[in-house]
Amino acid sequence: MAFVNWLKRHFVVIAGLLTLAYLLLPNVVVTVFSFNNPKGRFNYEWQEFSTDAWRDPCGVSGLCGSLSLSLQIALWAMLGATVLGTMIAFALVRYRFRARGAVNSLIFLPMAMPEVVMAASLLTLFLNMGAQLGFWTILIAHIMFCLSFVVVAVKARVMSMDPRLEQAAQDLYAGPFQTFLRVTLPIAAPGIAAGALLAFALSFDDFIITNFNAGSTVTFPMFVWGSAQRGTPVQINVIGTAMFVVAVLLVLVSMAVGNRRKRQRT
Amino acid sequence: MAAVTEAPPLAPTPAPQKKPPRKRGRWMPYLLLLPGLLWLVVFFALPVIYQASTSVQTGSLEEGYQVTWHFATYWEALSEYWPQFLRSVLYAASATVLCLLLGYPLAYLIAFRAGRWRNLIMILVIAPFFTSFLIRTLAWKTILADGGPVVGALDALHVLDVTSWLGWTAGDRVLATPMAVVCGLTYNFLPFMILPLYTSLERIDPRLHEAANDLYAKPSTTFRKVTFPLSMPGVVSGTLLTFIPATGDYVNADLLGSTETRMVGNVIQSQFLRILDYPTAAALSFILMAAILIMVTLYIRKSGTEDLV
Amino acid sequence: MKTTNDTAAHGGDVRLTGITKKYGSFTAVHPLDLTVPQGSFFALLGASGCGKTTTLRMIAGLEEPTAGTVHLGDQDVTALPPYKRPVNTVFQSYALFPHLDIFENVAFGLRRRGIKSVKKQVEEMLELVQLGEQARKKPHQLSGGQQQRVAVARALINHPKVLLLDEPLGALDLKLRRQMQLELKRIQTEVGITFVHVTHDQEEAMTMADTVAVMNAGRVEQLGSPADLYENPRTTFVANFLGTSNFIEAEVDSTSGSEIVLKAGGGKLMLPEARNSAPARTGGKVLLGVRPEKISLTHADDAGDIPEGRNRITGRIADSSFIGVSTQYVIDSPVCPEFEVYVQNIDRDPRLTPGAEVVLHWNPEHTFGLDAAQDIDAGVETVEEEVA
Repeated sequence: MAFVNWLKRHFVVIAGLLTLAYLLLPNVVVTVFSFNNPKGRFNYEWQEFSTDAWRDPCGVSGLCGSLSLSLQIALWAMLGATVLGTMIAFALVRYRFRARGAVNSLIFLPMAMPEVVMAASLLTLFLNMGAQLGFWTILIAHIMFCLSFVVVAVKARVMSMDPRLEQAAQDLYAGPFQTFLRVTLPIAAPGIAAGALLAFALSFDDFIITNFNAGSTVTFPMFVWGSAQRGTPVQINVIGTAMFVVAVLLVLVSMAVGNRRKRQRT
Repeated sequence: MAAVTEAPPLAPTPAPQKKPPRKRGRWMPYLLLLPGLLWLVVFFALPVIYQASTSVQTGSLEEGYQVTWHFATYWEALSEYWPQFLRSVLYAASATVLCLLLGYPLAYLIAFRAGRWRNLIMILVIAPFFTSFLIRTLAWKTILADGGPVVGALDALHVLDVTSWLGWTAGDRVLATPMAVVCGLTYNFLPFMILPLYTSLERIDPRLHEAANDLYAKPSTTFRKVTFPLSMPGVVSGTLLTFIPATGDYVNADLLGSTETRMVGNVIQSQFLRILDYPTAAALSFILMAAILIMVTLYIRKSGTEDLV
Repeated sequence: MKTTNDTAAHGGDVRLTGITKKYGSFTAVHPLDLTVPQGSFFALLGASGCGKTTTLRMIAGLEEPTAGTVHLGDQDVTALPPYKRPVNTVFQSYALFPHLDIFENVAFGLRRRGIKSVKKQVEEMLELVQLGEQARKKPHQLSGGQQQRVAVARALINHPKVLLLDEPLGALDLKLRRQMQLELKRIQTEVGITFVHVTHDQEEAMTMADTVAVMNAGRVEQLGSPADLYENPRTTFVANFLGTSNFIEAEVDSTSGSEIVLKAGGGKLMLPEARNSAPARTGGKVLLGVRPEKISLTHADDAGDIPEGRNRITGRIADSSFIGVSTQYVIDSPVCPEFEVYVQNIDRDPRLTPGAEVVLHWNPEHTFGLDAAQDIDAGVETVEEEVA
């Protein structure tokens, strides 16, 4: 009976932690199997411990090339989507204009549409235009589907900003440009940064839209996809694990720095 | 700094005051909107229209296609691929329900019970994103491998007997069955459920729980009458963020399923990239888009949440 | 800091000429002429939505007037954007820059004007508002009162010709508000800059300002010193918005020299000609007003003791509440259903309890006359307004 009561009281905690385990289990498997030394072409069954792949992460032809291509595309897509999206977000929050509803739906729709639909329609357009599929078509597509997410992130931040702050800056001798540079931009910065990070992550990890519009160009997710058909090298797991670890470390370090700064201030 | 040149004359200079009244740039919003919207129009809206036109064209790859208003393509596509459509909706719906059931406790845990662990759990929810989702999906091949510990345990508990009878699994296999696909979909879209749920739960004032308890509500009643209704915006956007991409997904069905679990995404992908039957592919993709827009609109109407963006 | 005063005698006058603001068909401010003299503490007083903040924002340049001009001294600044006007504002809820610390908030205006060495000035200014210790904190780490002082320092450091204050104390609790009223008054005397202060709190306006303009529905109802406004209101709105007034609707019986004799409920009441702002034709109507604290209360049995020459009416005590320094009575009288009387707590008459018949009497000099063609209840603060 006591046990049942304990279970009842901690139901949420237990269920929540089980879900967390479900979320993290594949990452554990990816990490463990980055130390595998598989027999065949596929890295799905545990054979023996080995650090070969970690010592030679670029040992598979095309892997590191695709990784660097993906990073490049993600950086450019982030830049493009952040600039265009931030401009739209400011226009939406700060100005009244005609066709507001149409603009809002045009921004909402790409987020409410399955990727495969966007991918297929864009490919139709590119084929009809006779465009050469490759780096540029991928970049165009990535900026397109990242744009809306940036708008949402920046809009939320700009909307919560007190318009009086900008008026105060103007009142204190800052012209329009100075006001934007010294007040608006720094205050909107967290929203813009969040949007940019999201754009980077979405672009870097995108497979479906890229798969349709890449032609013979191979990004990192496409490399993984191809290897799932032909044979999965252990190096894939190495890169997956390394990125996970680097991301967690970066977050922890930035949090520690933020905490220390906060403590110094007070 | 630029400010040096900008110093305004503060002394009472008899300034020439015949300037026209300040213009508050009427064209400014359009200037800000133009590049981004142009991008969306050219690379999102226009392609959708293009695709609509492709779907009513006839012809062949060699001789080119013409718009002939050949609506029969839709009928043929539907009659041939209705099982894939049905499967897509069923799998996506099951994955969405599972995501809600699994995600709610975790979101609740982070919002109200995690205390100083809150940030850590948050990081653990988001961090897997940094490992490519394809790699993580492939990991499920290992986890659900035939004769592996998971399948072994399910077998020993006779769970597989029940699921096989329901048609979710086949014999003592989990891989290459509907259950594996739904499991993969659930896993892949779970964070998209948890994050909006957490956002709306976190906004709830914990004192509301105390108030409900004070007004004779049991914990379960408090949840039903206070917490859950207040988290509705999160539930709505979470289910949409899960259901929409899950319906169009073909990665899970391809990596974890078999030919028996093909979803509409798989069909569109192979029609477009392998069979090169563009009208059929366009028609399928158009039907999928229309179906999702209708379902989403109805759902949003019913749940009464208009402000999703 | 006083040097600015000497260079131009009227360098800090604010002169509004026919200034108007319309939003579509709604007129927020009707054509308004107003001069705020150099060095004065001027208050714009009114309920929310009366146009006082709009007026202030037009002086700051944050709102473009539909018509009319704004002059600072001899300079027409109507077409100047806010960042070119020698005017600074203390915003409602302060609008401190959350991403800058206190020092940088205060230095903001100086830096924008290209001044490089700001350290000494900022430190002096922070001393003036007693925040020297807090220079490196962020705004959200300060209390409401401290934030308020930062907002004042941030504006004052620029030596503006005019300091505009938009409900600067609205976010503070009552005790702190009292303290800050005195503090602001001290700073104003010290720096000698013209202050234009917008508020809905009549007590705040009266304690701080030299001159108060009472605004209502986009118009200035009356302008004057606080005592003048209180003693000689010219509209029912002013009479009710500043303190409490009792009104009796009376008929002009006769005019004799400097006195007007009025008839109300069978009795006669005197009103000095000089204190009447209504047209006084014999047989015409006049609203006769008197403040509750000017009235004495005598039990009906002692009516004979009341000296001659005082205005008197009879009534019955309907309600009384003991406040400490005074007792507030509500009197039911044939000429006015709810007559308010405040009696100072000197010698309390134990017979003055609800139900007692009483005589109300006051010096006719304390009576004022208003045009009867107005809403008697204009400007009476409703419960909602007091909460807000």
